[in-house]
Amino acid sequence: MQTKRTIFPNRWLPFALLAPQLAITLVFFIWPALQAAKSSFEREDPFGFKTTFIWFDNYAKLLADPMYLNSLWRTLIFSVLVTVIAMSVSLVLAVATNRLLRSGRIYTTLLVWPYAVAPVVAGILWWFMFNPSIGILSYVLGQLGVDWNHRVNQDQAMILVVLAASWKQISYNFLFFVAGLQSVPASLSEAAAIDGAGPFKRFWTIVVPLLSPTTFFLLIVNINYAMFDTFGVIDGTTGGGPAQSTNILVYKVYADGFLGLNIGSSAAQSVLLMLIVIVLTIVQFRFIERRVQY
Amino acid sequence: MVRYPLAAGLAVLTVALTSSVALAQTEVTWWHAMGGELGTKLEEVAANFNASQSDYVVTPVYKGSYAETLTAAIAAFRANEQPAIVQVFEVGTGTMMAAKGAVYPVYKLMEDNNQPWDTAGFLAPVTGYYSDPEGNILSLPFNSSTPIMYYNKDAFEKAGLDRDVAPKTWAEVEEFSKKIVASGAATCGFTTGWVSWIQTENLSAIHDLPYGTLQNGFGGLGTEFTFNGETQARHWDNLAKWSKEGVFKYGGPVGGNDAPPLFYSGECAIYMNSSASRAGVVANSKDFEVGFAPLPYYEDVIAEPKNSIIGGATLWVLNGKSDDVYAGAAQFFTYLSQPEVQADWHQFTGYLPITNAAFELGEEQGYYAEHPGSDIAIKQITRGTPSENSKGIRFGNLTQVRDVIDQEFEAVLGGSKTGQQALDEAVQRGNVILREFEAANQ
Repeated sequence: MQTKRTIFPNRWLPFALLAPQLAITLVFFIWPALQAAKSSFEREDPFGFKTTFIWFDNYAKLLADPMYLNSLWRTLIFSVLVTVIAMSVSLVLAVATNRLLRSGRIYTTLLVWPYAVAPVVAGILWWFMFNPSIGILSYVLGQLGVDWNHRVNQDQAMILVVLAASWKQISYNFLFFVAGLQSVPASLSEAAAIDGAGPFKRFWTIVVPLLSPTTFFLLIVNINYAMFDTFGVIDGTTGGGPAQSTNILVYKVYADGFLGLNIGSSAAQSVLLMLIVIVLTIVQFRFIERRVQY
Repeated sequence: MVRYPLAAGLAVLTVALTSSVALAQTEVTWWHAMGGELGTKLEEVAANFNASQSDYVVTPVYKGSYAETLTAAIAAFRANEQPAIVQVFEVGTGTMMAAKGAVYPVYKLMEDNNQPWDTAGFLAPVTGYYSDPEGNILSLPFNSSTPIMYYNKDAFEKAGLDRDVAPKTWAEVEEFSKKIVASGAATCGFTTGWVSWIQTENLSAIHDLPYGTLQNGFGGLGTEFTFNGETQARHWDNLAKWSKEGVFKYGGPVGGNDAPPLFYSGECAIYMNSSASRAGVVANSKDFEVGFAPLPYYEDVIAEPKNSIIGGATLWVLNGKSDDVYAGAAQFFTYLSQPEVQADWHQFTGYLPITNAAFELGEEQGYYAEHPGSDIAIKQITRGTPSENSKGIRFGNLTQVRDVIDQEFEAVLGGSKTGQQALDEAVQRGNVILREFEAANQ
C-alpha cells in the first residue's frame, strides 16, 4: 500500500473542484432519494390533491404481500443468473479475442456493438426472435420438439429475460476484460511457460488473479445492472409475466408507480431496493474485496 | 455559400408565418392513444375540424397505449403541463371521476360555452357508463366499442363447416375449433385479446352475473368484487383446458398483442376482440374472407344472453387552461358530435356510433346493408334490457385490477391454479386495490 498525499496551498480549491460533482449528486441523487423516502410514508391520490401521512403502512403492506416476496425471489434468481452468464461469457470471449493478433480488433468492434442498443430495443429484439407465434427461434425450437411459449411457461419466460439482459451486458464486460487482459504482462506467462506450466495452469494462476480488480469491479456493476437497469428489457420482452414470474423488483417499482399510479407503495419499494443494494455493496466491499489483489 | 441566404430567408419566412398563425389561432392540445389505422383517421378528423374554422387549432398528440396516455396526462397535470383534452379508456373512468379538481365536466363545458348539448341523442349504454349519479355526462363519448367475434370464413369452409354460420355458444366454439384443427384448416381454433375485458368482464355481463357489489361499482366507493362465480371459474378452466389441447391460443396479457397476428396469419380461425379492431382486421386479412358474429355464451347458464358492455375511450377536459382554449374544445366537441363526423369515424373504425343520429345516418346511407356484420356490435350492446349486471362496471384503479386478473389467468394457463382458486385470489387482491383507492379518494 502506498500513501499519496498532495498538499494544496489553497484551502478552497479542492472544494471548488469537487463542487460540480457534489452539486450533481445532490440534485440528481440525494434530493430525489429523500423525496422517495418522504413519499414512502404517504398515501396520495394519482392527481396529487390529497396527501395523507400514514407512517409505515406502505412498508407493512409490502412485506405482508406475497407478490412482493415473490418479486424479491425472482430478482434474486434473475440477478444471479444474469451476473454469472454475462461475466463468464464475456470472459471467454475476451480471452479468445486476446489471443488473436490481427483480427482481434475487428472482433472487439463487433462484440461491442450490442452495447449501443437501447435496453427496450434489445428487449423487443429478443421478444421478436422468441415470439411464440411469429418468432424465428421459437419456430426452430418447435421443429426440434421444444414447445416454446413464454406467454404461458414461466421458466421459459425467465430464460428469455435472462438471455436478453445478459446479451445486453456482455459487450460492456467484454471491453473491461479485454483491457484487463492486455495489462497482464506477457513476460509472466512466458516465464511460467518456460517453467513448464500448461495454458490452463497459466490462466488460473497468473491471469485470473491479475484480473481480479477488473472482475471485482464488474461484479458490482453487473449486480447493479441486473437489479436496477433491466426494466427496459423486461418491459420489452415479457412485461413481468406470465403470472409475475419475471416481475423483478425494479420492474415492479415502475409498474406500480407509473402504470398503477400507486406512488406511496412504489416509493416504499424503491427505498427498500436502495437498501438492498447498499447492503449488497457493503458486503461485497468487506468480504470479497479482500481477495482482490491490486 | 450561395445557398445560405436562401435558407436564411426561408427560415425567417417560416418563423414569420408560424408566429402569425399562432397569434391568430388558439391551440387546443389533444392527447390520444390511437396508433396505426385509427391514429391516421383521428388526425384526419382533427385536420378537418381545423379546416372548418379559423379560430382554433386542435393538435393531436399520440401518447402511446391507453394506460400510458392516462399516466402521462396525470403526470403532466401534476407538473401543470396538462393538455386541454385527453383520451381516457373506460377503465380509467373511475379514476377520472374521483379526481374532481382535475376535470372540467363536459356537460358544464358545453353549457359555459353555449354549445348545443343533448344527452338524449347519445346511445343509451354509452351515456349510462359515463354519467354521474345525476345523469350528467362528464366526458365526451368519442370511441366506444364492444367485443365481438371475428372468424375466418375460408378456414370454416376448408374444415367442412358452413362458411356463413358462426358458432353461437361456447360448446359450438369448442366443437368447431376441434373440427378446424383436426381437418388442418388452421392450427388453432380461437384466440382472444383482452382476457380481462372480454373473457371476464363481458363474460359476466352477458351471463347476467355480478362483477362487484353496489351495482358493479356504480353505487359508490365501498364496493367489492364478486367475479369469482361458478361460471367465470368454469370458463377459465375451459380456456386452460383448450389451451392445452391446442384449441385456444393465448395472446398475452392486457390487450393481447400476440392475438391479432395469430388471426391475420390464418393460424387461428376465430378471434375475439373489440369491434374497433375491424379496420385493422379487414386491412390485414387479405388472404381470406372475414365473418363477424356476437360473442358466444353458455346456453345452460343463460338462454337469452344479455348485452355486452362498453370499451374504448372518452375525451376528458382537464382544468387549468384559459377560457379561449375551453371555447375551442367545446366547439371541437360539437363538431365531433355531428352525425356526419360520427358516422364516418364509426364506419371507418368499427367503433360504435355514439349518437342515434349517426346510426340512423348510416342506415340511410345503406352502410349496414352493404357491409354485412358491421352492425353486430350495436345489436349486441343494445340487445334486451340492461340489468344491473350488464349496465357496465365502474371501479377505481381498474387498470391495476386488470393486471391482477391477467396474472391470475396466466397461473391457470400454466397449470399452477384452478380457475376457482385463481379467481378467488384475484377477488381478494382486487379488493385490496379497491380499499386503497377508497382510502385515497375519501
